[in-house]
Amino acid sequence: MFRSVLEGPAAQADMTVLVNGAETPAWDGETVAGVLLRVPGAGRTSAVSGEPRLPYCQMGVCFDCLAIVDGVASTQGCMVPVKPGMRIESQQGPREIGR
Amino acid sequence: MIHDVVVIGAGPAGMSAAVHLRKFGASVLVVDEQPAPGGQIWRGIERNASGAIAAALGADYEKGRALTAAFRASGAEYSPSTQVWQIEDEWTLFLTSEGKARRVRARAVLLSNGAQERPVPFAGWTLPGVMTVGAAQILLKSGGMLPQGNVWIAGAGPLPLLYATQVLGLKGQISGFLDTSKGLNLGALAKLPAAWRDLPSLAKGFKWQRELRRSGNLIRGISDLRAEGDGRLQQLEWTAGGVRRKAKADVLLVHEGVVPRIHETLALGCDHDWNSTQNYFAARSNRWGETSRRGLFVAGDASGIGGWTAATVSGEIAALGLAGHLGIQIDIEALRRESQLDGRRSRALALRPFLDAFYTPPNTSIADDVVVCRCEEVTAGTIRKVARTSASDPNAIKAATRCGMGPCQGRQCGYTVQAILAEVHNLPVGDVSFFNIRPPLKPVTLGEIASLGELENAE
Amino acid sequence: MDADVIIIGAGVVGAALAYGIAKAGRTVVVLDGGDRDLRAARANFGLVWVQGKGSDAPAYSLLTRQSSELWPDFRNELANRSPLALDYSRPGGLAFCLSETEYENRAAINERTHNQGAEADTVMVERAELERMLPALTLGPDVVGASYCKLDGHVNPLQLLASLHHAIPSMGGKIMFRNPVEKIVPVEGGFNVIAAKGPLQAPRVIVAAGLATPTLTEPLGLSVPLRSERGQILVTERLAPILPYPGSGLRQSADGTIMIGATNENEADTGVTVSSATQLARRAMRIVPALGSARLVRQWAGMRVLPLDKTPIYAESLDYPGLFAVACHSGVTLAAAHAAMIAPAMANGHLPDQFAPFSNGRFNVQKCA
Repeated sequence: MFRSVLEGPAAQADMTVLVNGAETPAWDGETVAGVLLRVPGAGRTSAVSGEPRLPYCQMGVCFDCLAIVDGVASTQGCMVPVKPGMRIESQQGPREIGR
Repeated sequence: MIHDVVVIGAGPAGMSAAVHLRKFGASVLVVDEQPAPGGQIWRGIERNASGAIAAALGADYEKGRALTAAFRASGAEYSPSTQVWQIEDEWTLFLTSEGKARRVRARAVLLSNGAQERPVPFAGWTLPGVMTVGAAQILLKSGGMLPQGNVWIAGAGPLPLLYATQVLGLKGQISGFLDTSKGLNLGALAKLPAAWRDLPSLAKGFKWQRELRRSGNLIRGISDLRAEGDGRLQQLEWTAGGVRRKAKADVLLVHEGVVPRIHETLALGCDHDWNSTQNYFAARSNRWGETSRRGLFVAGDASGIGGWTAATVSGEIAALGLAGHLGIQIDIEALRRESQLDGRRSRALALRPFLDAFYTPPNTSIADDVVVCRCEEVTAGTIRKVARTSASDPNAIKAATRCGMGPCQGRQCGYTVQAILAEVHNLPVGDVSFFNIRPPLKPVTLGEIASLGELENAE
Repeated sequence: MDADVIIIGAGVVGAALAYGIAKAGRTVVVLDGGDRDLRAARANFGLVWVQGKGSDAPAYSLLTRQSSELWPDFRNELANRSPLALDYSRPGGLAFCLSETEYENRAAINERTHNQGAEADTVMVERAELERMLPALTLGPDVVGASYCKLDGHVNPLQLLASLHHAIPSMGGKIMFRNPVEKIVPVEGGFNVIAAKGPLQAPRVIVAAGLATPTLTEPLGLSVPLRSERGQILVTERLAPILPYPGSGLRQSADGTIMIGATNENEADTGVTVSSATQLARRAMRIVPALGSARLVRQWAGMRVLPLDKTPIYAESLDYPGLFAVACHSGVTLAAAHAAMIAPAMANGHLPDQFAPFSNGRFNVQKCA
């Protein structure tokens, strides 16, 4: 849905992150919410109805960008710049808190 | 230690206030939820120093460079990627960054956390692929991202025009621009004489429109927008000129103006006034930016939408007001005159009455099946049903439907609930209030809260 | 006369009474106050709770049990009268004990209640069995056990209030919002209630206005001795289901949110504090450490309506027959009894002897006419 203008045969990604276990290129300055828009199937599903959602505001006021980032659930993706090796997983439905 | 001032937000107003407060010798901590200064308008400005993106973002973006550099050099303490989740008298601020909560103390607080887009629900607005124009601009500024496929823009205001031209400048594609504004009207024209004082801005606006018309579909006066698709946006429908039209779409960017961010001032019990031209609440503040709570100031778009130039002046004024509050030995009235702050502010706001009158907030009734509360998926129909047997109090609606109880705490649904209540009870919208706002202002974990120790009394 | 009964206060007490009166075929008008009123009905925890109630007051313990038995039918009738959801369940409830002392104290309370002739519906559950009852979570090391009462349940208190507000007009009753009452004046055949939107008359008036009740009843010599106590509550984001039983300070709603409560503070306003949030978060994490990663979405405070001996007041004026006052802390638990037992009695004009233990005469402070 979105692509970096910096992407293309000549431009190298700045780093790799893991999205649902798969290695994915990422660029400096991007946030996790940007990655959720670029990678199919990365978005969350609603805790109320299970319907799929993708980021809406990119500035912290809609909470549709929630993801599990480096193991921390309900993280607002738009507030987190990507870092090399970051683990991003989709948050499906009401979150689990583990044991 | 107790800071003299904690500034919340590092956009034009916050940075301007910090720079000036530092000149007066105040100790300043700037707390910013972004990872780098610039706010929304100058987002990523330090990183986008050159290249295609900077060039496309335009002249207004460049203007932020000098102020950002001055901010970095000012000696203000800067805490990026930090959210404020509660503020207690007078003043203890509770922050969270990198999963750790902490508290700081200040003699005064400046809220310069800007604005958000006005939420306007329509059928299908929660579909993946629908987002705000502001969101798309942020993606451009933080990673140079452009939307792909059939990209549509729908809405009204200077921002969608600006964004569209930025995209075209980067050789991106826009399939169409659905203009929801009502076209030039007498009310707007009457405001123009004052606006001629700000010829540069006006000229800029017309340039954007010409470029758009040259490049693609610019469709005026649309209504009844619907986004549709199976699990994601696939097509749009709208009415224009009495005819119902459809188009394939992959991305829909929407925008209907911006409104101040008020959750902090609401939570702190400040008095607010209703702006009936642009349908938003803003904290009432005096000519120095002080709210009805002593020592709590607002500046920039957070105090009322005025754009970045007005915001920088507003920050400078607030810095003087704060200096006065702190008892710093300077003549704040004289400095206000010498720096011509009131004149500069008037000039910066010259176009505002015209823009406000031209881009009036939408007031069409929302259909029953449209989701109003994105977090809790509450429809307009449910809200209307409950509104009929309750007081015209948004908190009664919230209690009965869960609308406003999700993590966004009414940021996307509060104004709509207010409008529906006004409609059902036949009241002017401004006579209905906003939700009661309670902490935390941002969802912080129980573990972080539990880890806060006792407040030290040492300074 | 504007109605058979005027009820002042449309909170969970007033609304349940109004529902009962409308169901008994009488006309009723309910007057609700201003938006900024304290409204314990919108701020409470939602427990429909039996254990520990009235350990020193057998009549209260009995009334609580009766209400608990009436609750499932009360809920079903209400749910049928309204299109709104009304989440309620009665799986039994837990009072977690985080030390041997707490466990012993809890056991002693249960003993006292049983000794009053109540059935042994509350038992102490040791940790191992508690773990078996709660397979989806791991208990913190401090949890020694809990007291479990099979009669306890919980309801979404906001849905309860909304359902009552919907049902009352549908049964011919009337609710007038934003209509605070200034005073009650006795007149020939009843009372003139001076309300903001105009005066209303009825032969019977029930004052169920929470902490505002005494201001309206004292001038007529009906004393309702109350004090208030602030309670702060936390609610988290929605979580996958982990807690199938409501606990006295920890419950998971049908929506998946976890509520944690409540403090006991001597404060006069409904403000919230971080220090209370810290205290509440720590206790919740002692019970279920994994809750540490759950996000807090909201914190609020309510003012408990506390008769001085903590048991309900159902008072009937001797000087002015037809004037009643109701004040209690457990408006949610007692809602079913209020609708089915108290309301019809008050509509008939007189509280039967079984409610004598709840009269305000027990405080020996009734003023002379």
